Amino acid sequence: MNWEVVAPLLIFLVIIFLIGFWSSRQMQSGNSFLQDYFLGGRQLGGFILAMTMIATYGSASSFIGGPGVAYTQGLGWVLLAMSQVVTGYFVLMVLGKKFAITARKYNAVTLIDFLKERYNSKWVVWLSALSIIIFLFSAMAAQWVGGARLIESLTGLSYISALFIFAASVMVYVVIGGFRAVAVTDAVQGAIMFIGTLILLIAVIVAGGGISNIISDLSAENPNLITPYGFDGGLTPLYVSSFWILVGVGVVGLPQVAVRAMSYKNAKAMHRAIIIGTVVVGSIMLGMHLIGVFARPILPGIEVGDKVMPMIAMEVLPPWLAGIVLAAPMAAIMSTVDSLLLLVSSAIVKDVYINYIKPDASENTIKKMSFSVTALLGVLVFLMALSPPDLLIWLNLFSFGGLEAAFIWPVVLGLYWRKGNKFGAVASMLTGTGSYILFHTFYPNALGMNTVVLPIVLSLLTYVAVSLFTEKPSSAAAEM
Amino acid sequence: MKIDRHKKDPRFKIAEKEAWIGIGLVLFNFIWWYGFAYGMGSGPAEEYTYIFGLPAWFFYSCVAGFLIMVVLVTAAVRFLFKEVPFEDRSEGGDSE
Repeated sequence: MNWEVVAPLLIFLVIIFLIGFWSSRQMQSGNSFLQDYFLGGRQLGGFILAMTMIATYGSASSFIGGPGVAYTQGLGWVLLAMSQVVTGYFVLMVLGKKFAITARKYNAVTLIDFLKERYNSKWVVWLSALSIIIFLFSAMAAQWVGGARLIESLTGLSYISALFIFAASVMVYVVIGGFRAVAVTDAVQGAIMFIGTLILLIAVIVAGGGISNIISDLSAENPNLITPYGFDGGLTPLYVSSFWILVGVGVVGLPQVAVRAMSYKNAKAMHRAIIIGTVVVGSIMLGMHLIGVFARPILPGIEVGDKVMPMIAMEVLPPWLAGIVLAAPMAAIMSTVDSLLLLVSSAIVKDVYINYIKPDASENTIKKMSFSVTALLGVLVFLMALSPPDLLIWLNLFSFGGLEAAFIWPVVLGLYWRKGNKFGAVASMLTGTGSYILFHTFYPNALGMNTVVLPIVLSLLTYVAVSLFTEKPSSAAAEM
Repeated sequence: MKIDRHKKDPRFKIAEKEAWIGIGLVLFNFIWWYGFAYGMGSGPAEEYTYIFGLPAWFFYSCVAGFLIMVVLVTAAVRFLFKEVPFEDRSEGGDSE
């Protein structure tokens, strides 16, 4: 075992653990347990809000999968990845103040609470809860696999022990600390992601003998690597542009991101978060993917894309610094997993149990339920991750697209379009997710675009058509 | 000076305007990104020009494009976005 690399990682885990523990003690003074545990009492400031959004969104695919593909594809993949700059400002601007104010009016703690009040429909609640549980559970499993693989490759531990270390360190602070612990640790993790990216980018450029040198090495190997079209010319403008939907504007529909848009303290926090978020997400995406491309002349011939990032860090940095930089992907994975874990738990406890099974549950019962459901979910994901599926990046994108297609219109048009109603919402969710699964299975990348595009268009049409067809706004909707 | 509006929360008007600004920024971002990438990058790689060692299409589309978005987003938030209270639930009683 390479202790010089492992030691910074261990220190990182201990720090995260301590912060999570500290945040959980902050919680006791709060008023409502549910608001506190699942939403941090709506008290996030600008910096933490920006960081928790980025860290939740930026996952194994930004730090491991993405740079791996960029290594193969060249600058064309960096171009594609830059569509994600949008997520830094678009989500908060579009959901924006309206979502924050409405969520407070409704006293909503989860995204589903918001949908429940907006549409007054049991079906909307059940469908949303179900899709969150199924899709985010599988996303979580993929991320845990990524986290464990990373520990495995860095430390030489067996996959199972690596998975155990990873699972244990995440679960402890999520279970005891709830949303506040997740958000505060996310802020630290986001900062590590940002700094790690910058250090590694500079080191890679130096190791490659400067940018000009690297680019001419690349173009000598294969000129396609420095064009926007990918190593074999296969990245068409239409295909690359369609990622603006999947990883750009469509991110508004992701529950784990949207729920953060109701967690902030005030307008000032939101304004700061938009600026900080844009700067940080853009730097990370540009930096990480460039690292993948620039790694190619330095370390040619890496077969498995997921290994590019760990290998290049160990190659160009002294071991102790590599350990710090490799805490970045670890941080990215942990900060995604912790949010997903809490969100799935909130769907079960708040949206299903309290709404429909036991509405009169006492504060104490809710508390116990929240802790135990969160812990149980963690154990379940751990068991699923024991026999891991391959291709991390695609598994991750699958749950991504399914959720976006389900939620984007019920959330966005629910906020801004008075005529949208429960029939439209249910039909749109079914169409969105259903057609996503069908396209994914039978006609992936339909018409040369990413699979998510058509289902999002279809669910929009369904939402509008069905809402207009069944028009009769309820009193709650008329207030909007 | 307060105009009473029962129908619509005046804060929502601000919120809607800001959402449109978000959409406008995305459109600008996309056009800039697409225009430079495929406008300048379509030719054969041998004829590329370079800025700071990077192919010009990539520099303008991804590096300069990102920096410009940071400037625009900051300006939009500073000058166009308004601070409104979130908690307020009384309709006519507050004094401004």
